[in-house]
Amino acid sequence: MTVEAREARQPWILLSPALSAVALLLFVPLIFIVVYSFWLRSAAGADQVGFYLDNWQEALSDPFYRDILLNTLKIAAITTLVCALMGYPAAYFIARSSGNKAVLLLLLMLPFWISYIIRTMSWINILGVSGAFNSALMAVGILDEPVQMLYNETTVILGLVHFLLPFMVLNVFVSLDGIDRNLEDAANSLGATKWQAFTQVTLPLSLPGLAAGGLLCFVLGAGTYITPLVLGGPTDAMFANLVYEAIITQLNWPLGSALSLMLLAVLGALVLIYNRYLGMAQLMKGLG
Amino acid sequence: MSAVTLTDIVKRFGDFTAVHRMSLEIPEGGFVTLLGPSGCGKTTTLRMVAGLLDPTEGEIAIKGKRVNEVPIHKRNLGIVFQNYALFPHKTVAENVAFGLRYRDVPKSDIARRVQDALELVQLPDVGDRYPKALSGGQQQRIALARAVVIEPDVLLLDEPLSALDANLREDMRVELKRIQDRIGVTTIFVTHDQSEALAMSDEIVVMSNGRVEQVGPPEEVYNTPSSEFVARFLGASNILEASAEGRANGTVTLDVPHFGRIGVPAVRAPQIAGAGPAKLVLRAEKLTLAKPGTAPEDAVTVDGTVETVDYQGQAVRYFLRIGDAQFQAINMIDGHPFHEGDAVSVILRPRDCSALPGGTA
Repeated sequence: MTVEAREARQPWILLSPALSAVALLLFVPLIFIVVYSFWLRSAAGADQVGFYLDNWQEALSDPFYRDILLNTLKIAAITTLVCALMGYPAAYFIARSSGNKAVLLLLLMLPFWISYIIRTMSWINILGVSGAFNSALMAVGILDEPVQMLYNETTVILGLVHFLLPFMVLNVFVSLDGIDRNLEDAANSLGATKWQAFTQVTLPLSLPGLAAGGLLCFVLGAGTYITPLVLGGPTDAMFANLVYEAIITQLNWPLGSALSLMLLAVLGALVLIYNRYLGMAQLMKGLG
Repeated sequence: MSAVTLTDIVKRFGDFTAVHRMSLEIPEGGFVTLLGPSGCGKTTTLRMVAGLLDPTEGEIAIKGKRVNEVPIHKRNLGIVFQNYALFPHKTVAENVAFGLRYRDVPKSDIARRVQDALELVQLPDVGDRYPKALSGGQQQRIALARAVVIEPDVLLLDEPLSALDANLREDMRVELKRIQDRIGVTTIFVTHDQSEALAMSDEIVVMSNGRVEQVGPPEEVYNTPSSEFVARFLGASNILEASAEGRANGTVTLDVPHFGRIGVPAVRAPQIAGAGPAKLVLRAEKLTLAKPGTAPEDAVTVDGTVETVDYQGQAVRYFLRIGDAQFQAINMIDGHPFHEGDAVSVILRPRDCSALPGGTA
């Protein structure tokens, strides 16, 4: 074997464990799901093997699914926007702080040490009828009796922002941290105010990080079912809840498969658009 | 009227004093270099003039007006940073035009002035490229074009050549000086490189530990250093403990170990008034080696031995042993260099020496 051939083979050898894992744990199940989506759940409760388009017809034509899909995208979009507005200043603060960046980043990562479900449920203790917020308002006399603040769309978004904000901050931070501080000084020296230097130089240069954080927030937000389950009301189901419902409650795997593939297609399209314009490299930077 | 006046400037960072009570006047159109090792306060001083740092005490005036409270974007300064600091997401032309957009320059004039600036730095054809597509030296020229296109009151250069490799650095040095001469802008240049300072400046401010050691034209700072630090920082010097015998007829006579009595021109010993401890400063390049017995009559000569030879191409640096002391001599190579262990005559001319008061280090 020539040296070139050996060198060309080396990365593949190193990648093979990861590639095998991805293939076995991701692509093979995905193929199962695709196959499942064409089966049919009979009235008797058994899955009928075959090539039926019924599930797809139902998923694509029923306005119930379409409305929930649109609502899911809306909630994910609002969540992403709130994360961007809250996360950017935080990331800017960390990137520009002198010396203690590592501590601040550690504080940012700290919530990840607690289960996402526990973090979501903690809002019940804060906003619930006997939660901290109600108790405090009653103690100072603003409320006479507790108010139910939970189980609506706002609390779902609140929970999602709580969950996703670190992803946004981290991505924007990486982007901002890579920008030479002298650029702002240079802009200032040329006559730009602090704000103009920010909008003309820092903000455009940090957009890739903002976009990467936005994509992560949107995709993770749109795919969640735990937050609406814990913090949403009966009408606040998101699309992943429908998949959960179909598969876990109704045991209708074929329909659940079709629905999950629908969500995958929508979010996948979004990722492809992102990749087309900004490339995956930035996302990797933010995750690394 | 001075272009820039610093009056009793002090800068403290917590307990650390970066600049101790510094005063300086820079004339209109002058090229002044702040020279010193890292940590001497030269960059801190530049950043205070720029408005990137606020002085703890003292006053900074530009064209006679106090600017302490004037924010950086209103000071009308051109700054060239060590790492160029070009905006990577803007084309070269957009980079150069950046400052003009904040000055009421009509759109039609912007393009023309950008082109003029690019021609000034001899890069007329790169306007629509991105900085990344240019070499380091080209990026440096664009950074200079961007700084001068706004016709700044003062041009501030923060070690602008140190990121370039040696050959390019010398070319850019000449180029920078040519451009500065041509537009006549008052310039403050920060560097730790003595040869840059000597080659480019009208005036050099040598700094050490936040204090000004000496201010003067290059020849003066080089030939008549006012302290041991300056003597050592600008080129290699041999400094000998000596004793001054007195000042008479434009000459200060020193009694120097190994060399005997040397009459230093009084102008090169301005700090010595009469008899007392002194130091003789001998530039390494003014110490000439010759074969024993070939020295001219009028020079001071001692015998020495070559200990180490540091060959540098057109010149050679010798480490010599004279009695119990080690000396450095830098000689141009004329014929064959000496070798380690050679016995030589070490020749010096008294008029090449300067003297400092002794006693303190």
